[in-house]
Amino acid sequence: MAANEVSHSPSITKTFYTSLFDITDGDNIKTCLQCANCSGVCPFGYLMDFPPGRMIAWMRAGIFDEVLETDSVWMCVSCYACTEVCPKNIPLTPGLMTRAKEEMLLAGNVPTELQSALEFSQRYGNPLGESPRKRAEWAKDLQPEVPIMRKAKRPVDVLWFVGDYPSYHPRVIQTTKALYKILNALGIDYGILGPEENSDGDTQRLAGERGLFEVLAEKNAKAFSRYEFGEIITTDPHAFNAIKNEYPELGIEYPVKHYTEFLAERIDDIKPLLKGNGEVKVTYHDPCYLGRANGVYDQPRALLEAIPGVELVEMPHNRTTSLCCGGGGGGMWLDGFQWEKGHVRLSEWRVREAINAGADVLAVACPYEPPRFEDAAKMVEGAGNLVVKDIVELLAEAMED
Amino acid sequence: MTHIMVPVKLVPDLVEELEIAESGTALDMAWLRLIINEFDDHAIEQAILLKERSGGEVTVIAPDQEGMDDVLFTAAAKGADRIIKLIGDFEEGTNNHALARAFANAAKEVGPDLILTGVQGNDDLDGSVGPYLAEYLGMAYVGYVAGLSLEGDKAIVQKEYPGGLIAEMEVTLPAVLGIQAAEEPPRYVAVSKVRQMMKEASIDEADAGDLDTSGGLEINSMYLPEAAERAEMLEGDEEEIATKLVEIFKEIGVM
Repeated sequence: MAANEVSHSPSITKTFYTSLFDITDGDNIKTCLQCANCSGVCPFGYLMDFPPGRMIAWMRAGIFDEVLETDSVWMCVSCYACTEVCPKNIPLTPGLMTRAKEEMLLAGNVPTELQSALEFSQRYGNPLGESPRKRAEWAKDLQPEVPIMRKAKRPVDVLWFVGDYPSYHPRVIQTTKALYKILNALGIDYGILGPEENSDGDTQRLAGERGLFEVLAEKNAKAFSRYEFGEIITTDPHAFNAIKNEYPELGIEYPVKHYTEFLAERIDDIKPLLKGNGEVKVTYHDPCYLGRANGVYDQPRALLEAIPGVELVEMPHNRTTSLCCGGGGGGMWLDGFQWEKGHVRLSEWRVREAINAGADVLAVACPYEPPRFEDAAKMVEGAGNLVVKDIVELLAEAMED
Repeated sequence: MTHIMVPVKLVPDLVEELEIAESGTALDMAWLRLIINEFDDHAIEQAILLKERSGGEVTVIAPDQEGMDDVLFTAAAKGADRIIKLIGDFEEGTNNHALARAFANAAKEVGPDLILTGVQGNDDLDGSVGPYLAEYLGMAYVGYVAGLSLEGDKAIVQKEYPGGLIAEMEVTLPAVLGIQAAEEPPRYVAVSKVRQMMKEASIDEADAGDLDTSGGLEINSMYLPEAAERAEMLEGDEEEIATKLVEIFKEIGVM
């Protein structure tokens, strides 16, 4: 416990309120109705001393300091559920919650687990603390070779931004290799940055480390600017969100697609390659940063339905009401901290929904999710046979004989 | 008012595999990634904690190595009042005798009441910096310190021993303490604060002069540990392997 305790010495900087109102629709916070929809829909709201609505109430009462003396904001997984339901369109996730985390971080009130991920990101360009030189190690023995831009020395149609977990995490590397297989099967002209790629920085930003986000974005911008490519694709909705919505504010502008969008555009080329592996019930988990944050709901489902034998079933929380896996907004690096708060895991809640929906397969489209849901399935009764696969893995498998 | 000096150094970052240089007597610096010695990072934290608790001034001092500016600005963002870089021929690596002599010379100008430094580093081939520094300055030394408080011209220090034992000792200042762990984990400073410090703070420079490595080791050869064939692989199905394991355990007397 001691290692995770947050000391209480926050200070609200003068810029806090200005920056809160400054962002798109930021002024809407003044029109809050205190309807508490945000606090009710928040998957961890019941564990927070100050869920979003109450934060705003305290702010109006001029006692916001009291909010920052608690560790409520570190329970926020930046899942956009509150933002989605707010009747006054207050940018709660990108505004209030993220700004409050920035304040906590500037005051040095950072849970230790999160601190390591941030230090690793600063030092190695990835939150896992892996060697940056080994960023393309996953591709080492693959034939045909994965083109690395520095060596390929030619323009490509598609720059594949691989991302942190897809580059290093042993489970997620399987999804990376699945996309590799599909890109080759479709004859896509692509390349990766390899060691020149850095973390997209989006989750660090949502965990309150704006400065670190900017450093990482600038490093990626430098790498992007060295090469010629048509567009960027990625399997990581967080990277997708960063490059699409955040990098342009820093003057870094490139067209980017999540792989589900990219592949859905080529669905007519993909369909003839897919073979049936028998009847299977698949449910799809909308990742927060693909769904709610960016409105991509149909393409992932279209890809799943293209696989012969797949019957798509929906969980109670789907599309705009999807339930966070618990990994967003720094949650990926706050598992211990959050567990101590409530002895619950959002991922287990989600796995129970998948089981109750009668699914054999829980399909995902975000690199945080396969390890999170597979771990959760080990804990949930009756989930022993639940298969957790990224859509790209299901497609690649359906291409096998 | 206590003036605390914290000498720090960079050491090889073990996230990368270490390569031996062609000479066969040193690490290949070209492939090396350097990181602040973890124990020195704790020494900085301990100094800042003391300053926050009882006032005083903190000076962090370090040899000029690649990446050191970031380390010094980070220390300033944490609360160090003065940051000093020793200018000398450090890039090729030196030994702790020479480094301690350079720190000692600088200490004469800084004039600290207390020196906190990491108790050890992963590249300490010729002993650790702290005791040499104490010797060259004629000060007392206590190592493996994991917490201290200041009372007038004395420090009350908690020194760790193996087996969970902790001794409390009184040391008359000035003294050098080898820090095993700060009372709290080294704090996080936001990147924006470090960047701001890069604009506002300046690094003082001190000439390290000629590095005197005498008293250190002469390295004949350096090599990676060689894999020995001492492992016996048990073959068979689960039952057979378990039976063999039990036999072996009985044979060596653990069962």
